[in-house]
Amino acid sequence: MTLNAREMLRLLLRDRLAVAGLLVLLGFIVLAVFADSIAPFDPMAMQRVDGRIARMHPPSQQFLFGTTDYGRDIFSQVVMGSRIALQVGILAALVVTIAGTAIGLVAGYYGGLVDTILMRVVDIAYGIPFIPFVIVLVALMEPSTTNIIVAISVLSWRSVARIVRAQVLSLANRPFVKAARVAGASDLRIMWVHILPNIIPLALLEMSFVTGWAITSEASISFVGFGDPRSVSWGKTLHEAFLAGAVRTAPWWVAAPGLAIVLLVLAIFFITRGLENVINPRLREW
Amino acid sequence: MGTFIARRLLQSLVSLFILMTLVFFLFRLLPADPTAVMVDAAMTPEQVERLRANFGLDKPLLVQYALYLRNVILHGDFGTSFFYRQPVFQVLGDKILSTIILGLATVVISYSLGTLIGALAAWRRGSAFEAGSIAVSLAFRAAPDFWIGMVFVMIFAYRLGWFPHSGMREIGYVATSLWDKYVNLDFLRHLFLPALVGGLANVATPLLLMRNAMLEVVHEEFVELARAKGLPPWRIIYLHAARNALLPVVTSLAVSVGRTIGGIVLVEVVFSWPGLGREIVLAATRYDFPVAQAAFVLIAAVVMLMNLLADLLYAYLDPRIVYR
Repeated sequence: MTLNAREMLRLLLRDRLAVAGLLVLLGFIVLAVFADSIAPFDPMAMQRVDGRIARMHPPSQQFLFGTTDYGRDIFSQVVMGSRIALQVGILAALVVTIAGTAIGLVAGYYGGLVDTILMRVVDIAYGIPFIPFVIVLVALMEPSTTNIIVAISVLSWRSVARIVRAQVLSLANRPFVKAARVAGASDLRIMWVHILPNIIPLALLEMSFVTGWAITSEASISFVGFGDPRSVSWGKTLHEAFLAGAVRTAPWWVAAPGLAIVLLVLAIFFITRGLENVINPRLREW
Repeated sequence: MGTFIARRLLQSLVSLFILMTLVFFLFRLLPADPTAVMVDAAMTPEQVERLRANFGLDKPLLVQYALYLRNVILHGDFGTSFFYRQPVFQVLGDKILSTIILGLATVVISYSLGTLIGALAAWRRGSAFEAGSIAVSLAFRAAPDFWIGMVFVMIFAYRLGWFPHSGMREIGYVATSLWDKYVNLDFLRHLFLPALVGGLANVATPLLLMRNAMLEVVHEEFVELARAKGLPPWRIIYLHAARNALLPVVTSLAVSVGRTIGGIVLVEVVFSWPGLGREIVLAATRYDFPVAQAAFVLIAAVVMLMNLLADLLYAYLDPRIVYR
């Protein structure tokens, strides 16, 4: 039973965890959009208290999450960092979903040699370990946000392609497709008008998965030091924390950005789970 | 069974070969000059050329590729490190085993914890334990591996002092043999925390899979019978029901291994664990391309090895797959 968008939304909203996730995600989006106004200080500026640099201050009223070893306000860093997290997460997910869906569609619909070749490529992509490959890629190219999105996308489409292809395979043999072909519709038209709308819910589900994965990946890349040097990201804050030995001396520096990541990714997980229950009736818990 | 193993081995080797080719061209075609690290401003153009020739960088690309393949396959020679000025294999040799051990330990922890808790969660369907265990495992999955590592080091290494905070063994340790190197309490103490971090980060998949599989098994008649016989719950769950639920979980092992090894790179960095992962990060930072390239190929080889082991385990549990 396929549902239209409004029914899907209504079902989704019945899932309390998914609603909580949506609210948290919305909160982060608002945070990112208005980061400039919400962050009390410039995240990269050294703060001074009584004329001395505010090194490694624990959380206080003035510095909500404390300061780094260079006296930078961690709260401002976390607020500004939400921008990169959401940018990379959403953009990478979009690119991956569009590319993966296109490849899965073509492979599943045409079958035969095209399918075999494309799936061989997917298999090779699956054999490549993700983080090492992304590290190598970003190290070889100049470390910028765009390149990070590219590096993440280059591998992540593999799972979308596989899943979309499986779905297309089952759809391509259905009577309505055969009827369209008999009526003289071109391949492109069949793929675009008939098959694609049935794939979209699944593609959206995969996109949701990839978003969480992309956010964690970006944090990981920044943590090992290959993040965009001009931007403020949660991974970069943790990178500096690690290098400065904050694990031993400044737990607030470690806790704040990490918890932000956990919160955002968990919210996306719950939204994804909600979507999964809506799209796949078999999993629905009545 | 023999042909099955041979077939899988062949597949892995072909994949590895393709990967080596991919990595080779990736490193040569992307816009970063490998000799930039070693060239200083005082060098004359002839000296620069001689340096490049030394590393074989002046030959045409395909010739370089052929030489690379010949060296790696016939001699195990991955070239010379730009940074260490030593043969790459000397740099990476003993790190391979360290990564394999950490990888195995991580997978063992995540899958044993995942299956044990997942089975229990299915048995106690609808309880707080089930909801709690799923929530906690998802929280661990949402958290970046390296952050869990940092937090655990904070708590267990520094605050509580239960485990060492980094490294593979205490400084100044002299190992007399390979066996001595790895089979001792000090090594295990150092292994525990990084393996636990990696294990917890990846516990969600086996836990959820096991729970879902058990939910179906729990309704079967033989479980009803076991209950009627009055067997204690733990016996029913783990000795009778869990065995049937294991198969889908083991299937996921092969897929999750790749992801686990990828995440191990981060754990190795946090714990300064001397393995391939940490080495590839260091090499990438230093633009030490031969080491980075070789470390990448070796990491992929380790992943394929573990995939192969997972497939063998699955074939042992479900012999039907051998004849497919």
